[in-house]
Amino acid sequence: MNTESLSAKGRVLVVDDDASLAEMLSIVLRQEGFESALVHRGDDALEAFREYKPDVVLLDLMLPGLDGIAVCKQIRQESGVPIVMLTAKGDTVDVVVGLESGADDYVVKPFKPKELVARIRARVRRFDAPESETLAIGDLTIDVAGHQVTRGTTPINLTPLEFDLLVCLARRPHQVFSREVLLEQVWGYRHAADTRLVNVHVQRLRSKVEHDPESPEIVVTVRGVGYKAGPQ
Amino acid sequence: MFRARGKVALRHGWTFWRRSIQARVVVTTVLLTVLAVGVVGWFLLQQTRQGLLEHRVSVVVAEASSEVQDARTRLGAASGIDVDASGQRRDLVEPIIQRGLTRGFEVLLAGPVTGAGDGRIANGGAEFSPSLDIRSVPVRLEEHFARPSAATAWTYTSIRNRTSSGAETSVPGVVVGSQVQLPADGQTYTLYFLFPLEDEQDTLHLVVRAMLAAAALLILLIAAVAWLVARQVVTPIRMARRVAERLAAGQLQERLRVTGEDDLARLALSFNQMASALQTQIRQLEDLSRVQRRFTSDVSHELRTPLTTVRMASDVLHDARGDFDPGTARAAELLQSELDRFEGLLVDLLEISRFDAGAAVLETDDVNLVDVAHREAEAARPLAEQRGVRLVVVAPRHPCLAEADVRRVERIVRNLVANAIDHAAESEQIQVYVDGDDHSAAIAVRDHGVGLAPGEAAMVFNRFWRADPARARSTGGTGLGLSISLEDTHLHGGWLQAWGRPGEGAQFRLTLPRRVGAPLRRSPIPLVPADADPAELARPVVSSPAPADAPGQQADQPRDHAAGGPGDGAAGQPGDTGDSR
Repeated sequence: MNTESLSAKGRVLVVDDDASLAEMLSIVLRQEGFESALVHRGDDALEAFREYKPDVVLLDLMLPGLDGIAVCKQIRQESGVPIVMLTAKGDTVDVVVGLESGADDYVVKPFKPKELVARIRARVRRFDAPESETLAIGDLTIDVAGHQVTRGTTPINLTPLEFDLLVCLARRPHQVFSREVLLEQVWGYRHAADTRLVNVHVQRLRSKVEHDPESPEIVVTVRGVGYKAGPQ
Repeated sequence: MFRARGKVALRHGWTFWRRSIQARVVVTTVLLTVLAVGVVGWFLLQQTRQGLLEHRVSVVVAEASSEVQDARTRLGAASGIDVDASGQRRDLVEPIIQRGLTRGFEVLLAGPVTGAGDGRIANGGAEFSPSLDIRSVPVRLEEHFARPSAATAWTYTSIRNRTSSGAETSVPGVVVGSQVQLPADGQTYTLYFLFPLEDEQDTLHLVVRAMLAAAALLILLIAAVAWLVARQVVTPIRMARRVAERLAAGQLQERLRVTGEDDLARLALSFNQMASALQTQIRQLEDLSRVQRRFTSDVSHELRTPLTTVRMASDVLHDARGDFDPGTARAAELLQSELDRFEGLLVDLLEISRFDAGAAVLETDDVNLVDVAHREAEAARPLAEQRGVRLVVVAPRHPCLAEADVRRVERIVRNLVANAIDHAAESEQIQVYVDGDDHSAAIAVRDHGVGLAPGEAAMVFNRFWRADPARARSTGGTGLGLSISLEDTHLHGGWLQAWGRPGEGAQFRLTLPRRVGAPLRRSPIPLVPADADPAELARPVVSSPAPADAPGQQADQPRDHAAGGPGDGAAGQPGDTGDSR
């Protein structure tokens, strides 16, 4: 294994109440070159997050103390760190609630460890090529290298994933992106993953950047196909 | 226009008639009453009439007889030498006429009667009361007196009078005839007394009017009584109907009010008991379903976490198996593969139990089946290549849309394709046909492998059923794949059907309605593939678990495998035309 890429891989905060699962996760992650820290209670999670400063958070939904959704919201208020939900329930309601409260992705138990690792990698990997690029979409200005989105002079706070989504749409203003394409380009998932991810994230993005999220002008839906950037 | 209005009114009337017991009871009662009253009244009238007439007739006959007697006495007292017949006649008749005027009868003297047919009134020469029309005496009576010494007789007649102004009046009456002998010429003459029956007629009219009035009143009263009585019976029935309707609508706590102890009250009591029993039963079933659902979700959660841990451990061991001795390495491999099976089984079992508990939820969107077919074919390509099988998607240019839950549809197609790959032999081709029209869209997966024996086409959707239990399931199937696919199909209100021939392969066809809930009548793809042996086309082996009723219901769908008759497969889907493509 390449030790350079190992050390570059990153730190993972695992928040799960099942000790065996958490321990197993850390073993697997270590084998893949990630460092990890374990937290078993929801009310300890925020503290641990501040202390450990991970590159990605694995968050179980059912936690003693504070439940996963609340933890997710807490962490989101402070940081745009990638959060991947682990859940035993794959039902839409739970998934959407989790995604809406700030998670970037979710994985249903039982999961194939390789899949989880691939998703973690995708989230941790950053296209840190400093392309000094400035894009415009709607009435927003996007500074790609600086990861900043401004409306006039007011900056808008977006998580990295939301930022990437906006940039992807803004780079090709007239192109319609299907959900599968967005999953590949923004999330980095090669094979078919859940398109609900895209739906919820578009909604989250809209709630942050649109003047009126109900009638979107910046991120426009194209029925039956996908999404595209609205007219300038 | 009036005819149309009339027709509408008629239809309304007929509907009201059919719906209202009360109306029917009242009308029937009224009609029967009218009949009874009519019969009784008529009888009464006849009796009255008869009585009146008889009485009158006896009175007038007596009076006539006394007059005749008196006349005969006077004639007898006349001198025998008087030969003026006409004078004598006049003397005889005049006083009688006078008396008749005051007493209300009329007189006619006719004759002489010889028996030879002369002396008829019509011939003239009769003496009669003024204004009397001589036709008042009926001919039959005249004929009776055609010979001398005929007995006194009477009959009914119409007494006609012609007044001085020329008007004619006609009154029913009685005419009594009697013969006298005139001493002047020794001839027999007939004296007719005509008594009017006006009074009797008036009386009868009065009686009739009174009876009609009484009848009308009686009928009205009886109608009212019938209406009241019917209402007494119908009202509780109507109340029971309303409560039953509400019960049927799901308001299980509705009950009838019980007043008294009669039959209706007992009926209400029994009804209430039945409703309570139903309510308890339904509540129990609901509770059971809820418990089962919670159990499913609890089990699901509880099992998943340790399974994940085990899976991860197995992965670690599997990855490190190069470092183990052969036995341990093999153990690690087996552990991994069996865990795959276990996980698959668990997921499938949980899915099935979710269907059973009615907890399956449909999230629909417009799905293009062509895209689904391509995606799943692409996903299955590695496995197909591994088995040396070619996957071909045959789809039209236009989109084949259906309102469906895309994840479930993908799951179904994935299952069908996996089954096909599993059963196909090496170097064979598997075709995935897609087609759609305005009402439905379909995907059919055709393989040319072992095929299905007669009767198996129905069983193939059963849980844990395998065609050949000894076959190795290389695609990791659990035996529940088709059952889950069937449940998924039923959720959409679609059809999932199988066709097969031993040695000729099989085709599994999924048909979905364009809109969830729309009834499916035919499928765009024929169930029997076009490349099947033409001789076999005549008798296809087809099975079709019955189409569900309204989809989106979370209740369990009845699964009716229209399974085989003797030797042959089951009957086709109603409406499956298997038409040409």
